[in-house]
Amino acid sequence: MKKNWWKIIAIAFVLYTIIAGFIVPVPAQPILHETIRNLYFHVPMWFSMMTILFVSLWHSIKYLNKSNIQSDIIATQAANVGMLVGALGLVTGSVWAKYTWGAWWVADTKLNGAAITMLIYLAYFVLRGSIDEEQKRARIAAVYNIFAYVLLIVFLMILPRMSDSLHPGNGGNPGFNNYDLDSNMRMVFYPAVIGWILLTVWIFTLRVRIEKLKRKKLFND
Amino acid sequence: MLSKQIKYLIIKELKLELRNKYALGGILLYVVSTVFISYLSFKKIVTPATWNALFWIILLFASINAIAKSFITETKGRLLYMYTMASPQAVIISKIIYNSLLLIVLSTLCLLAYTLFIGNIIQDLPLFLITLFMGSLGFSSLLTMVSAIASKAGNNFTLMAILSFPIIIPLLMVLIKLSKNAIDGLERWDLNYLAILMLLNLIIIALSYLLFRYLWRD
Repeated sequence: MKKNWWKIIAIAFVLYTIIAGFIVPVPAQPILHETIRNLYFHVPMWFSMMTILFVSLWHSIKYLNKSNIQSDIIATQAANVGMLVGALGLVTGSVWAKYTWGAWWVADTKLNGAAITMLIYLAYFVLRGSIDEEQKRARIAAVYNIFAYVLLIVFLMILPRMSDSLHPGNGGNPGFNNYDLDSNMRMVFYPAVIGWILLTVWIFTLRVRIEKLKRKKLFND
Repeated sequence: MLSKQIKYLIIKELKLELRNKYALGGILLYVVSTVFISYLSFKKIVTPATWNALFWIILLFASINAIAKSFITETKGRLLYMYTMASPQAVIISKIIYNSLLLIVLSTLCLLAYTLFIGNIIQDLPLFLITLFMGSLGFSSLLTMVSAIASKAGNNFTLMAILSFPIIIPLLMVLIKLSKNAIDGLERWDLNYLAILMLLNLIIIALSYLLFRYLWRD
């Protein structure tokens, strides 16, 4: 129980996000109206994705240093879970875009960045799939993971300079922090971010454990 | 020590290239025929955006084709021999330098063929050429590294393409932006974008330099 306190926090915060997210009054903004509640679901997905992809990067670097196959399992599963929350971020964002901008997908810097992130990690899995030998697969995938992640971060930093954006926080559009987010929303938004990140980490630890058990079974059979 | 190794390895690449000229001829012909096909489908292009986009797409595919072979043609024995003689850093840097030279030739030819068939609407040629050369350097360093990765994983061209496309997009977008400025002949050079391009090239080369030694041994 002492080790699992953060899982309880995760459940409590996510539950609180879902309940309070739909009940607590939100500021009436033009165009956004009630869709502003999506903030509690859409934005934390990207925070969770960047967190978990950073874990993946970290363990790829660790693998290259120590060649411990455990790091490879962690890096892969982190990338897996990163794809899951990334996909959820795309879906929630797409729905939100439909109701505020009028289209499921628009040519926008943030959206392009998200799409490229997904493409990079899908390529990462294809690369993994095409190498049979375990140690070699781990090593080469780790190299690609580091190479791609650094370029991705650079891209996400220079991309906003390239064009204007509809997305809040880019190209002259104010981020939510400036004046949209009142204290009511903050009360839900911050726990939402923590809750979703913790939940993502929990899913990730479960996946790592399952993967390790699978390998154990493989060795025992 | 490193520079000496690099020098010898570049000479080795050049000699190998000249020994079987059909590979080089093939890739040059690839560019010219792609431009010719575009010419037959488009006739003249006068819209700057289309001209620009088509040019870089042709160059992107030609570069991937040209560089995909840089590790694939190396046989296992030859790689082993090279690894006992030179440091991994020397190997990757020499490949990058050689491939940039190749891409500069390739992109110049592409520009010439493009001018001949589709027409030249560039108003600021010096800026365009700078962009082209910096782009060749960036493409070659990124694609050399990716081809090293792909060569360890079954060597197929599809893998090379899917691994390189998502990570080459930042470079490509900066290049397209800069060459669009060159085509429009804006009076003031946008030094910001040139700086970003330089920074991207540096980052890619530094990453290749650091990461290649984990790739090369089996």
